[in-house]
Amino acid sequence: MFRYLVRRILWAMLLFLVITFVTFVIFYVGPNNPARAVCGGEQAKRACLVQATRKLGLNKPMPVQYYRFLKKLVIHQDLGTSFATSQSVNQRIKEAAPVTASLVLGGAVLWMIIGLSVGIFSALKPRSLLDRAAMVFVLIGVSAHPVWIGLIFEYVFGVKLGWTPIANYANFFGAPGDSGLPGGPWQWFYHLILPWCTFALLFAALYVRMIRANVMETLNEDFVRTARAKGAPERQVLISHVLRNALLPVVTMLGMDIGIALGGAIFTETVYQLPGLGQTAIIGISNQDLAIVQGVIVFATVAIIIFNLLVDLLYAWIDPRIRLT
Amino acid sequence: MALLDIRDLSTSFRTEDGVVKAVQGVNFSVEKGQTLGIVGESGCGKSVTCLTIMGLNPKRNTVSSGEALWKGKDLLTSSPRELREIRGDEISMIFQDPMTSLNPVHTIGRQLVEAVMLHRDVTKRIARARALELLKAVGIPKAENRIDDYPHQFSGGMRQRVMIAMALINDPDLLIADEPTTALDVTTQAQILSLMKRLQEDFGSAIIMITHDLGVVAEIADDVLVMYAANVVEQAEVHDLFNHPQHPYTWGLMGSLPRLDADVERLTQIPGQPPSLLRPPSGCRFHPRCPYVMEVCKTTVPALEPTAHDADHLQKCHLDQETKDREAAKLLAATMAEAG
Repeated sequence: MFRYLVRRILWAMLLFLVITFVTFVIFYVGPNNPARAVCGGEQAKRACLVQATRKLGLNKPMPVQYYRFLKKLVIHQDLGTSFATSQSVNQRIKEAAPVTASLVLGGAVLWMIIGLSVGIFSALKPRSLLDRAAMVFVLIGVSAHPVWIGLIFEYVFGVKLGWTPIANYANFFGAPGDSGLPGGPWQWFYHLILPWCTFALLFAALYVRMIRANVMETLNEDFVRTARAKGAPERQVLISHVLRNALLPVVTMLGMDIGIALGGAIFTETVYQLPGLGQTAIIGISNQDLAIVQGVIVFATVAIIIFNLLVDLLYAWIDPRIRLT
Repeated sequence: MALLDIRDLSTSFRTEDGVVKAVQGVNFSVEKGQTLGIVGESGCGKSVTCLTIMGLNPKRNTVSSGEALWKGKDLLTSSPRELREIRGDEISMIFQDPMTSLNPVHTIGRQLVEAVMLHRDVTKRIARARALELLKAVGIPKAENRIDDYPHQFSGGMRQRVMIAMALINDPDLLIADEPTTALDVTTQAQILSLMKRLQEDFGSAIIMITHDLGVVAEIADDVLVMYAANVVEQAEVHDLFNHPQHPYTWGLMGSLPRLDADVERLTQIPGQPPSLLRPPSGCRFHPRCPYVMEVCKTTVPALEPTAHDADHLQKCHLDQETKDREAAKLLAATMAEAG
């Protein structure tokens, strides 16, 4: 177990190095000149360019630049300053990350609740009315794009019915006193209902389908028959023997999908104007603000690496067969 | 009163292609401490018979009729709760494939303890002690160290021993073994069989041994049921069956036993395929493959009747007694000649 842990952590570190290197190369060694972006693009003044080049260390050889970048990142956890606003990238990410985390983690909880309940029930009663309804839901969820769904939800629940806000984010721990924005847990929840539903729909559909298939397959396993032959009641058979095995692959999928979901969050954030990482990145791209874009990418990468590491450890813990490998 | 009395048991499955009659009109009984062997090809209904007794067929598409009297009580009409209390306690079961019959995510200790605690009101510690006792009884080396291992850490033969331990842990009156040695290699097969024989003496359980291997039957059974295409075609005491086999299908099974001592180029086999139970052949179901087929076989279903010599030896064939005796004697002589 210990060796497994060490190996996984070493892999995670290697992955971190590779991703940061690739990001660095794309943004700093590519054809675009960061110094020009700092000084306002095409109309950049020469004096400004020289100063910016020195400040960003662009006159140094590339490996030195990367070393400095990495040193700043690892030792000071500093992602630099925005080219466009001179604001600290760390600060921007610190503001944006909780928004995206709320959206993605809350969405994951929602899609797991739907996936588990509907998936297990459909598997136990195949061809029932609920099973058929669930399969229609899956088809819609998989086919519809989140932007379209978001707009429909906004129109129906926000505009027509007036049940929910149609945009913006409310801080869980209360809004800054002078901002005039709503805050607190209830407002946070209230503002996120529609984004969560929009965001979770696709994954809920995928998970219903996957969990249904896994549970149906596991129900046919020999060891389930053994459990029944022992005289175990159906509930115990289901919980202790079927679900424990059927949900193993779901844990792995969840680990991978959280990463994919971060990408998908961009659409939902855009529709509902949530100031999360996705929106920050989009604004950064349109301003050619490389520091911001790079910061978001590095941060998201680290988050995904850590999350995958946790899932792998969790998986090794719940599946005895891979514990020793 | 017999321990288990099966009367006119039939089971059919509704499938998309139609109704499959997997078992038709089977009668037999098992006495306390006795062993019944059920022999036949794959898909002849031997496993379904036992799953029906246990109430383990999928409920959605299965229809069963007849009676399965367990100590006088009909299992087919028992509630799921009553069945659950009998399963694993009074009647337990071992399955064919030990590699997949144990839950991969629980230790074998936990699975054994679960079996005890489902039926006995005891603490976990006592259940665990009982589990350890059984693991020793089935010959798991260093059982104290292995009890917390997971199934994937055991070999196939060892897993089947664990399955046997789990089946015997509540001292059942009847053990149903569904091809318990089929998935194992030959030396392990012999070990498992002698283990089962020894444990039967220790525990006094009756056994229903489902197999396609007449060698296993000869080794362990007191009575034998030969099944073909959902029907019983011959039913006899084991010596009687081997000395006076009465049905051409039984002859075929005996003829196809491989022998180490006989110098034959290839094994005799029963020609053709087992029939589809969706649309079984008319008349005697064995007639398309029977070397002795007569006109009457194609139209009339033979009755399961006692032979002329022995009221307890039942057979289901139109052939006259003389021919049967002659063929049985020929087969026996050939066997003797090969052996001697």
